[in-house]
Amino acid sequence: MLGLNKKDTTLFWIVAAMSLLAPFILNPFPEGSSLAQMFNAGYPDLMQRFVIFGILVIGFNILFGLTGYLSFGHAAFLGIGSYSAVWMFKLVGMNVIPAILLAMIVSGVFALLIGYVSLRRSGIYFSILTLAIAQMCYNLAYSVLGNPASSYNLTNGETGLQLSLDDARIFGESVTADGALPVTNFFGLAMRSSYKMDVGGWLFTFNAGYYFSAIIMLISFYVSIRIFRSPFGMMLRAVKSNQQRMNYTGLNTRPYILAAFVISGIYAGLAGGLLSSMDPLAGAERMHWTASGEIVIMAILGGVGTLVGPVIGAGFNEYFKNILSKINDSVLHDWLAFMPDGIENLMVGFLHYFVGKGWHLTLGIMFMLVIIFLPGGLVEGGQRIAKKFGRKKKSDETSTTPAE
Amino acid sequence: MGILEVKNVGKRFGGLQALSNVELSVKENTCHAIIGPNGAGKSTLLNCFVGKLMPDTGSVMFDGQSVLGRTPYEINQMGISRVFQTPEIFGDLNVLENMMIPIFAKRDGAFRMHAFENMLDERDVVEKAEHMLEEMGMADARNDHAASMSRGNKRRLEIAMCLSQDPRLLLLDEPTAGMARADTNNTIDLLKQIKEERDITIAIIEHDMHVVFSLADRITVLAQGTPLVEDDPENIKGHPKVREAYLGETQAV
Repeated sequence: MLGLNKKDTTLFWIVAAMSLLAPFILNPFPEGSSLAQMFNAGYPDLMQRFVIFGILVIGFNILFGLTGYLSFGHAAFLGIGSYSAVWMFKLVGMNVIPAILLAMIVSGVFALLIGYVSLRRSGIYFSILTLAIAQMCYNLAYSVLGNPASSYNLTNGETGLQLSLDDARIFGESVTADGALPVTNFFGLAMRSSYKMDVGGWLFTFNAGYYFSAIIMLISFYVSIRIFRSPFGMMLRAVKSNQQRMNYTGLNTRPYILAAFVISGIYAGLAGGLLSSMDPLAGAERMHWTASGEIVIMAILGGVGTLVGPVIGAGFNEYFKNILSKINDSVLHDWLAFMPDGIENLMVGFLHYFVGKGWHLTLGIMFMLVIIFLPGGLVEGGQRIAKKFGRKKKSDETSTTPAE
Repeated sequence: MGILEVKNVGKRFGGLQALSNVELSVKENTCHAIIGPNGAGKSTLLNCFVGKLMPDTGSVMFDGQSVLGRTPYEINQMGISRVFQTPEIFGDLNVLENMMIPIFAKRDGAFRMHAFENMLDERDVVEKAEHMLEEMGMADARNDHAASMSRGNKRRLEIAMCLSQDPRLLLLDEPTAGMARADTNNTIDLLKQIKEERDITIAIIEHDMHVVFSLADRITVLAQGTPLVEDDPENIKGHPKVREAYLGETQAV
């Protein structure tokens, strides 16, 4: 289909089905039950994050997975995309399409500049350069360019860039008829509008913003499969494998890597633009180096260099981040109520460090376990399980290795 | 006038004069060997031909054009391919992909953004790569992981990759270094066959006299960074200066 081989087409449809049916899949427990409270993830805000971070990591994987260049500053492009989109909402109008386009263009230009500078070095030096430049962007956004008192207030500093009632919005209204801020929309379809479906005890939410993001994610995923399978993708893998041989084979490696860098920067900008489209607010913390680190973690969790790994990694990370931070001491007490009081308190006291605000700790341990036992990420886990059960049918995981 | 003309090349590394006054002329469609004891400057000289090193003095002309100051990929695009001492291939890719990359490089130049083209639409490249593998007797290995091959096969693949670009000059840097006897003989046979079947000029750097005397039409002996003598193989064998400087102090032929 559309220039994909059979395996990739199957993989694409599996991902498409999963993302379009996500409101069902992510809501396995009936509404109102305590399990739903904890484990259901089918609400718009979180589902949007799944697919948007999916886009971000798919793009990151084109750079890191194919060329092996580890960028530690990709959050900068996410932030740049977010700010660009919000500016579009402030100045032009609330349609998300121009906002997303501007986000992609601006982050692409930044990626070209940053890539041109940092690709003078490779390996760890490249990583450090990207980290430093991204952190520079963060500080520019946080303070230098964000001073509300100056006339160059591009980012509104600590507060974050947000809409206000006196924005220009040339092709839209500054204020709605009832005096509120207008909402982001796709040619009239508000991103926050949802259709709720009540089936038995279950409540499924179909959110316009989610489906908009999911479709863009699927397009991004398709583009990434095409790049992986193209001669260009092969060249990028050759860069990772042996740059010396490439140079002596008559190929200039620099523009190849730069092109991959710019493509992944544009993906990150797209993700940033989408984040702002869902909630028109952009803060500098999106560009912080911990955010860049999270992108790397998501990519490695899922499986670097595989097609579907980034999507799985992003989903896994966002899901557990959300679940773990929701579990607090009273939930733990509920769960452990069957134990004798003394032991219960002891256990809650111990587990306290791993949940709620301590979610980083659990996620960190999971990350370590994956790295140690599944160096190929969760995709490798899936492959091993599939192999163990000797299923002939190629599950979505087995078809993800980029090699033909 | 040879296809490769080296005039008065000198190169100094700190206190060491690695090359001085090197004069060399490689005639078209011959196999020219450069031999010499360890540290004679053979590899340094080769690196001056491919853009890895910039000599301090002198000129290196390939087919009337200077190669000095050009990058390795530009020099390759001029028609010079290089085989390394340790086979340099794309270990993470399979054998067919390894074959396709130089063909793409030859067809599309140093950079082309073919990100949306499908590999299936590149029939001509795939066919040429498969044909080349067949010619080299590696057709069965087409889907093998390149890193998993034996050293002899890696060498064979590397040579095949270079030949697929139809280079005018093939540079070989100790192509049989570290190889088992059988692999060495295979490589010699392969190179002999290439020499006979193709219009190609070969410049080879080699330690192994067996290899040199089976292949070379012309030999330059390098000692301490200067060419000692340049002559036909028969004359080199018995040349007293060569024996003294080279053959005498290491093991004989």
